[in-house]
Amino acid sequence: MFYNQKYRNVFFQICLIASIFGLAYWLVDNTRANLAQIGLDIGFDFWNQPAGFDIAFTLIDYNSATSTYSRVFFIGVLNTLFVSMLGIVAATSLGFVIAFLSLTQNLLARKIAGFYVEIFRNTPLLVQCVFWYFGVITALPSVRNSLNIWDISFINQRGMYFPKPLFSDIIYVVLIVALCCVAAAIILSWLNNKRQIKTGKRLPIFWINSAIMIMIPASLAWSLGLTVSWDIPVLQGFNFRGGILFPPELMALFLALTMYTSAYIAEIVRSGFLSVDFGQTEAAKALGLRQGFINKLIIIPQALRVIIPPLTNQYLNLIKNSSLAVAIGYPDLVSVFTGTTLNQTGRAIEIVLITMLFYLFVSLVISMLMNWYNRRQALVER
Amino acid sequence: MTKQKTLPHQQYNAYWYQRVLAWIIRNFFSSITNTVLTVLLGYILYVTIPPLFDWLFIKATFSPAESRAACNPDGACWSVITSRWEQFFYGFYPEDQRWRINLAFIILIMLTFWMLFKKLPARKYAGLILFLVSPGLCFWLFYGGWGLPVVETGLWGGLMLNLIAGGVGIVFTLPIGVILALGRRSELPVISTFCVIFIEFVRGVPFITVLFMSSVMLPIFLPDGIVIDKLLRAMIGIAIFGGAYMAEVVRGGLQALSKGQYEAAYALGLGYWKVNRLIILPQALRIVIPGIVNSFISLFKDTTLLTQIGIFELLGIAQAATRDPNWAGLGKEGYIFTALIFFSVCLAMSRYSLHIEHKLNQSSHKKRL
Repeated sequence: MFYNQKYRNVFFQICLIASIFGLAYWLVDNTRANLAQIGLDIGFDFWNQPAGFDIAFTLIDYNSATSTYSRVFFIGVLNTLFVSMLGIVAATSLGFVIAFLSLTQNLLARKIAGFYVEIFRNTPLLVQCVFWYFGVITALPSVRNSLNIWDISFINQRGMYFPKPLFSDIIYVVLIVALCCVAAAIILSWLNNKRQIKTGKRLPIFWINSAIMIMIPASLAWSLGLTVSWDIPVLQGFNFRGGILFPPELMALFLALTMYTSAYIAEIVRSGFLSVDFGQTEAAKALGLRQGFINKLIIIPQALRVIIPPLTNQYLNLIKNSSLAVAIGYPDLVSVFTGTTLNQTGRAIEIVLITMLFYLFVSLVISMLMNWYNRRQALVER
Repeated sequence: MTKQKTLPHQQYNAYWYQRVLAWIIRNFFSSITNTVLTVLLGYILYVTIPPLFDWLFIKATFSPAESRAACNPDGACWSVITSRWEQFFYGFYPEDQRWRINLAFIILIMLTFWMLFKKLPARKYAGLILFLVSPGLCFWLFYGGWGLPVVETGLWGGLMLNLIAGGVGIVFTLPIGVILALGRRSELPVISTFCVIFIEFVRGVPFITVLFMSSVMLPIFLPDGIVIDKLLRAMIGIAIFGGAYMAEVVRGGLQALSKGQYEAAYALGLGYWKVNRLIILPQALRIVIPGIVNSFISLFKDTTLLTQIGIFELLGIAQAATRDPNWAGLGKEGYIFTALIFFSVCLAMSRYSLHIEHKLNQSSHKKRL
């Protein structure tokens, strides 16, 4: 009976399950014993206790005296997502620019792109982070000698100050109308595609849609009298007041994440475009398409198919890498929750578990979104 | 993006200066956009490179010194590195014992060359020695015992520690990755589910949380009497994290093999382990050598995170050096030096992987076709 493959398989699997459960039981038992020794147990009652420490950069209201650890968690999550979003947008744009530089005929551009990619891919992200933070940004001029950009933005040791737009209340009306216009534009282009398939004729949809999306909200804003005033940062005493402040930690982390990831994205995009056979371009030219149409209809769709899966991976990596914030003190999830909160409450197991679940959740959501998009883009085989 | 071919008569009948001119025009001024790009990029380089070069080399101070005051303020102050370079490489390892580290690395480097260069004899033993014998030997040299004075792991540091952590990663992640990858493709549902959950869980969380887990939480999980060294705990984290990524790389190789290989091997009457050891893995691993090297590179870069759990590897030493009041404000120099070292090691590895990839692209069965 032992030599029967079927029985053996079942036997091995039962062994594995038993050993996993045995190991888990042993670990849980040890943990309980260890925690009992230091007088702790597993519990989430810290969740509603006041945190009592300051956070340098918050997107939602926070008061160190009254806000709870749950608030700290959400601040960490928002800060992580905030820097990740900024990083993803910037890294994608920069990565495409570098990729196009490396695909031009210009030797200088190709060499520069190559150097860029090699330098930023082959140095650790953490080194880049601390380089930007301790090497560059904290070495910026002091508040009194700030770098002045046209008297509206200022850069100094304490961060970057931007003017903050203040709109009158009509902005909400205009925003809703603008959203409706975007929806209308999408529907119109869909209708246009259907019409093209049916009749072969095509409206100049790009111009029509641009007109809808820009002219209607703009004219509405003008006719309702939308006013914009700018809250410009002003030097008062020892610091700037007003405007939007990007603290130095955010700047350093953003720069490091963007440059590191853009090097990878540039390589992905480059290989994606190179993977489209030159024969495709030649065939498209033989059909009489213009260069713009060749790119839009032939090259980019095929390249995207190759680019998107690894690009998703890079986005996920960027979100996970944003946890390096802890090294420079940007208050992301790992820094304020897995760091400060853990130190204050001593609830290591619960907090690390929550942190890991958050990252797993984000990974899951993004890969699901990207799989959905990828399925739409993928080759439909007969 | 378009390809241009020079015709044969253009190549051979032109004078050399015509050819040079043609090359320049083709590469820099072939169209209006190309010319604009050349001028723009050339201007950016002209503005940035000379001052940078000045700062890095011409005006920089290289000689060892007592403090920052001895440096030229207009240039880089490399003295912070030259006056304590031993710390950057060996950490706080006792000075009279450093020959042990040098010896171990010389042995490792020689073994690696033996393994990588085709022309040397008995190459298959080199890999075995490198992966089975040398870890023990190196551990003995580093840690001591059996006649050598013991050096506690708390004194290890600097680049040496990055190399050790990377090396341990290389030795352990590959087997873990192979086992996980085989497990994930296993037909037994329990084993494959377990492997999928493990791999996806580890790959879904940041490395720093895995490190926290292994350094902070492992002691809570283990019974009271067992104390694991801090460095060892970090290594466990590295092995788990690297192993999960390696598993995905190996799985790529396994999926690239045709089913016929399995069927043929089973038809010969080989068992599961023999099929994998003799037929599948040698082919699958060869296909994914570039991927394996790439994950070694990221593993090596990730060793800088050990600083975050209080282990003084190269970056930690650089940070400590630039926080010394005598050298305060020299962050740039310390980090540029650190980056340079990582850059050279990683570049060498990535060039090797490119070289292998190139060789694989013109591999044996393609030639046969």
